[in-house]
Parts: sequence; structure tokens; C-alpha cells
Amino acid sequence: MKRAESEGGEGGNAEKGENEGLLVRRIRSGTVIDHIAAGEALNVVKILGITGTTTEALSIATNVPSGQMGKKDIVKLNNRELSKQEVDRIALISPHATINIIRNFKVCEKKGVEIPDVVEGLVRCPNPGCITNTNEPIASRFSVTGKGLRCAYCDWIIGHDITSYIL
Amino acid sequence: MHTFYRIGWRGKATRHIISIGDFDRRQIDRLLDNAKRIDAQKYDKNALFGKILATLFFEPSTRTRMSFEAAMARLGGTSLSVGSVEACSMAKGETLADTVRVVSGYADAIVIRHPKEGAARLAAQFATVPVINAGDGAGQHPSQTLLDLYTIRQSMKLDEINVALVGDLRYGRTAHSLASALSLYGANLHTVSPKGLELPASLLAELTGKGMRVTDYNSIGDAIPEVDVIYVTRIQRERFPDSASYFDVTSSYRITPETLANAREHAIVLHPLPRVDEIDPRVDSLPHAKYFNQSRNGVPVRMAMLQQVMQ
Repeated sequence: MKRAESEGGEGGNAEKGENEGLLVRRIRSGTVIDHIAAGEALNVVKILGITGTTTEALSIATNVPSGQMGKKDIVKLNNRELSKQEVDRIALISPHATINIIRNFKVCEKKGVEIPDVVEGLVRCPNPGCITNTNEPIASRFSVTGKGLRCAYCDWIIGHDITSYIL
Repeated sequence: MHTFYRIGWRGKATRHIISIGDFDRRQIDRLLDNAKRIDAQKYDKNALFGKILATLFFEPSTRTRMSFEAAMARLGGTSLSVGSVEACSMAKGETLADTVRVVSGYADAIVIRHPKEGAARLAAQFATVPVINAGDGAGQHPSQTLLDLYTIRQSMKLDEINVALVGDLRYGRTAHSLASALSLYGANLHTVSPKGLELPASLLAELTGKGMRVTDYNSIGDAIPEVDVIYVTRIQRERFPDSASYFDVTSSYRITPETLANAREHAIVLHPLPRVDEIDPRVDSLPHAKYFNQSRNGVPVRMAMLQQVMQ
């Protein structure tokens, strides 16, 4: 079994007493997405467009004990620093996630996620009658409202279960 | 909400009319005031001389299409149209985006009706001339809403009136748009609809969130004495499993001289037409009946819309 690593990885932000049991190696450089809602790590990976065919070295830990959250997920991406736009998409399914940008084993940036005003090309409109579900040359576009995601074309609202509609 | 602007390739700000939600109250009032001036013949009959309107109707239409064409003609302009969907390039698989880009080169504005929701917004995204939505699926039909408001305003002020929406309130786009517009005027809504065809919960939440009072009734007879406007929509036969249940339902939502016996004296009956069985023809001769005026009002209101986007 590998050495236990501080929670969230490289930033020394471990919640004390939880240092045992993580199986994920520290990364030299890249991004650690911490405090993901438990069970959402795979959806986070999906949102980031990481599939089995992309080149990133990826580590995922799910249902890790957390003092703050009870349980949480962690995703580590080797050699890839996420842009703000990519990071903010995560907020749709896990608004309390934190992002640590790692360079030479040190946390160089640490930030929360912000729910974006507009989400483009990420979510499919559930309305079968919506023009975005045709062969037109457009990406889906949703504005983020208090009630959920509102389709910019047909006004359909996705109030819950957003992950089911991720493209 | 805001009126939707986009910069076209000619470098001019292009103004589209896509949804009644894009208007605020002041903008609606201004457009209806202009329609009133037009109705009183106080307008320039060559205001759009030399301009061309393209009417792209991918769904059947009688009133909307003809009244847009009549409106354009009365302002001195001309109209172009494709004969039918089968006759146009979309039958060959051309996208709507390409179609409107091409048509933008032939005309100074486009009026579009399309079966898909959001189609007009897409058209506005790709067109380089103004786009007016003449109905996109179960979505928006702003010119109908504007002429509905105009017709109500001919009989009473729009402020704080009581309006009954009767019929198919689930799929009826005209009822949805009218309800949204009336929420800007402090109206109270009274809904009467068959089970399963009630106002969508999301719209209901939106309206009540704006402070609108919405009261639902089981019987049309209970609602009629309470209201100033009775807005009737067609209940479509295909919403029901068989003809018998359709006729059962429609007969209980039919407006007749008898159901109007308890109506307020000044109350008016509107219908976006075509009607099938929803209004007894005997109602036509009653002073409450305004649906043919409503249909006629499509021309001055659409003239005002064309002037707004093309001048």
C-alpha cells in the first residue's frame, strides 16, 4: 500500500486525522480537485472531457472520509492545469470543490469554483422539440438561474439531475 | 429582460423580435401606441417602400402569414416567400442556419414560423437582417401576444385586469405568452382547463414569483363572473385517447350565450383562432365577442412590429 497523502494532496491542507488510507500518489505538477461531493468524481471527469482515450494521467479517489463533508471525492490530473472556464463547469455539480494547481509538488494556486453565468456545449437540452437537438450547427447554451439551467433557445429548465444531461 | 440586439455583418445593430419576454412594459406600450396610430390611418404609407420581407413558414398558417404580408403591403413594401417546405432547400437537408443566412441576402427582414422551439432565436443568431418570430413549436408567438394585448386595450386599460385563460393551457403557446405579458400589468389570472392540460408548473411558479395572483377553477361558469377578459384556446383532439373523451371535455369548456349570461357587462371574449367547437357561433353576435376584431388587429400590430425592426 502506498504512502498516505495529505487530503487534497499537495497543499498541506490536510484535515488532521484523515491522513491515513489514501492510495493516491502525490503529483509533481497538474491539478488536484478536492472537496468534490461524494460520488461525483466520475461526473467531474466527464465534464472535463476526459475519456479513456485522452492522454492525462488521472487518479480518482471516491468516498474519502472528510471532516468538513463527511465524505468527499478527489480527482488528480498529472501535467494539466485546468483553466478557470473548465473549473467553473465543475461548480454545476459540486459547488464546494476546491482547485489546487500544483507545480513541483507545491500548491501554487488554490481557488474555489464559481457557478458560471452561461454554460455552452456541456449539457444537452432535455426538450426533444428544442432546435438544439437537431443537426443545426450550434452548441447547446444554458443560462444559470436560481431555478437551474435555462435553455437559451427554448427556455426549458433543467432543475435537477444535471449530470444526466451532460454531453 | 431585454430586447435582443446583435451586430449584423453590415455593421448595423440588428433588432429582432423573438419572445414577448424580451420586452418590458414600456416597450410594449410604445409598440401598441404606434399600432393605434396606424389603426387611425396616421402613418406613412410608403414607410417601407423598396423593402422586402421574407416569410419563411415551415408550418401551416393563414392569419399570421397573410397579416404579415398585408402589413408589409400597407407600408409600401413587398414580401417574398417559399411556397412550401417541400419546395425549399430544407427538403434537401439544408440547415435552418444556412437558409436564413442565404435569405438574409434577399430580404430586409425575415418572419419565421418553425416547428422546433428556439428556431427563431437560432435564426436571429445567423441572420444578418432582423428576424421576427411568428411561432416556434410550442414556444413563443410574440406577434399574437401583442395583438391580444392591443385588442384588450381597445376595450379597457391593461392594468390590474382579471383574465380567464380557458382550454389547453399546457401546450397553448399563445396563453403562455399572454400570461407572461399580463404579469407586467398587475393582472390577475383565472385558469380553467381540462385535467392534464393545466398551466405548466414551471410557468405557474414564474408567474406567481412575479406577484401574479393565479386562481384555478373546475368550472368555466365559476370563473366567468370574476373576469374582464375570457381568453379561449383550442383544445386539440390529439391530446385525448379517443373522440368520446375529447367531446366530453370540449363540451364542458364551450363558451355559449348561456355560459356568458353571468359575465360582466364589459367582459370580452378572445380566441387566437382558428376555433373548432370552443365558441358557439351564437356568441359571435354578442357584444362580448371580440375575436374577429382581434384577428383584424393583426395587421396594424404587425405593421408596428415591421416598422420597429426595419426603420
